[in-house]
Amino acid sequence: MVVSTTSRPGGGREQGARGGAPPSAGGRRRNGLLPVRLRRLGLPYLLILPALLLELLVHLVPMVIGIGMSFLQLTQFFLRNWSAAPFAGLSNYRVAVDVNSAVGRSLFHSFLVTIAFTLITVALAWLLGIAGAVLMQGSFRGRGVLRALFLVPYALPVYAGVITWSFLLQRDSGLVNHVLVDQLHLFGERPFWLIGENSFISVVVVSVWRWWPFAFLVLMAGLQNIPSDLYEASAIDGAGWGRQLRSVTLPLLRPVNQVLVLVLFLWTFNDFNTPYVLFGKTAPRDADLISVHIYQSSFVTWNFGSGSAMSVLLLLFLLLVTAVYLVITSRRRSDA
Amino acid sequence: MREPRWLPWARWVGLGLLTLFTVTPLYVMATTAIKPLQDVQGDFNWIPTRISLAPFADMWSTVPLAKYFGNSLVVSSVAALISVTVAVFAAYAISRFRFPGRRVFSITVLSTQMFPGILFLLPLFMIYVNLGTAIGVELYASRLGLIITYLTFSLPFSIWMLVGYFDSIPTALDEAAQVDGSGPIGALLRVVIPAAIPGIVAVAIYAFMTAWGEVLFASVMTDENSRTLAVGLQGYATENDVYWNQIMAASLVVSVPVVAGFLLLQRYLVQGLTAGAVK
Repeated sequence: MVVSTTSRPGGGREQGARGGAPPSAGGRRRNGLLPVRLRRLGLPYLLILPALLLELLVHLVPMVIGIGMSFLQLTQFFLRNWSAAPFAGLSNYRVAVDVNSAVGRSLFHSFLVTIAFTLITVALAWLLGIAGAVLMQGSFRGRGVLRALFLVPYALPVYAGVITWSFLLQRDSGLVNHVLVDQLHLFGERPFWLIGENSFISVVVVSVWRWWPFAFLVLMAGLQNIPSDLYEASAIDGAGWGRQLRSVTLPLLRPVNQVLVLVLFLWTFNDFNTPYVLFGKTAPRDADLISVHIYQSSFVTWNFGSGSAMSVLLLLFLLLVTAVYLVITSRRRSDA
Repeated sequence: MREPRWLPWARWVGLGLLTLFTVTPLYVMATTAIKPLQDVQGDFNWIPTRISLAPFADMWSTVPLAKYFGNSLVVSSVAALISVTVAVFAAYAISRFRFPGRRVFSITVLSTQMFPGILFLLPLFMIYVNLGTAIGVELYASRLGLIITYLTFSLPFSIWMLVGYFDSIPTALDEAAQVDGSGPIGALLRVVIPAAIPGIVAVAIYAFMTAWGEVLFASVMTDENSRTLAVGLQGYATENDVYWNQIMAASLVVSVPVVAGFLLLQRYLVQGLTAGAVK
């Protein structure tokens, strides 16, 4: 993945090897009994230990427990004493993937909605991001102000930004209907934006508004890393602006894009905050994104076994997509 | 770069549209916050007809905003502080030492970023509830539980960005410090950390923002006493009235600190992001 630093001939290797360097006086006093070599060997592990313990407690152990929970019939009666919950085998999974059952059908529907939502959001966020980043190249008056302004939606706490959107999208008192109906007369009747079919459009627009600045930020930084002599050389070769964009800018952004698109995809797919703040606890069917769906079906029915099974399926899907994505994009990268 | 003649036009149109899209909600937030309640319940008005600062005064009593604010402040600051400290040590180990398990550790930590939060939520909820009854340390519905949870959320990215930062500091500098008689920890404290201060501050801001904005765990892991702004702000919608003007006023007030911090430090955040991403 993105961490490919092992092959770098940094000074780290030397330092690790230079285990016999004279230790500081303070060090000798504290750890006088341990041989220097052993201490140097153990030091990196000591340094990562706090991070490791915290990751274990909050991410890895819960994940293992979550996988275990998905095999239990973990209903509300067993929440405080969950070791007593009966083993359920694969039945939680069977219910979740059975499209003939109500649970399975609604999960599948939510899954499809989430895929559509994610693809559209990532595409639009990336497009706006690259447009903004390319148009911001060069220097012009107000560039710094504009750049800061564009980043505000990303810097804003989710709930503050999204709650503002839910006010904008109110049927009777919101700005969106004021503009579309009262000022532009596009609709005869005031449409609802937070319930019904339109809720899908709403959640996409709000997500794009929140995520495009991140794409913009990363792509702008990526553009800055492209050496300017490449542009000069291609200009000498007669390449115009459009040709440079296609032959210099976009190919050189590929490593940045590889990471950016993946991160955007995962964040958007797993996004809970936007739909939850926008719609509240009950998401409309047409914007029933998977995180909120699992949350609802877990905490409304208090059936954590079934909720965990759905989460595990979600994880498996994301692992699969990530693996396929990395294989495809890495291969293309080495071909180029 | 040679620019075609239409580019300046395209630039103003494109950037203009992006500005409109970005700013409209911000404008509505700011103007709604200074409207009286009557004016936000009827038709929308672009320009406030009457200006009232009452929402900024009333928002503190409609919901216990000060308490939520305090909770968010404590939880986010402590989480950011611990997260940065832990990340500095881990990033130093990854950047300066080659040890077995280094790559596995980096990849495991980073890949937790891609896991859906909902996957941890249910087990973590169970762990916190059961740990509370087992050892008497109340993690569920306490600020401590939230702090522990949030600091791990920002940890992967913090470590990743700091590794990029530390890698950009020449190892000759730490070696010089070691020749002067400091151990590796001395080199970290005396050379690497001072040289990486902008990156460390940026990472701290990032960790603070992550905790300040988190909704999912806050909505499950808090009660009336430990509630943070993320959940507390939803309290302005009562059954009879939705106090949109107060919601916007409160949103404005809770956003200003993080947005200001982010904008001040975005340059360093970008450096860290690309240092990690491009390599």
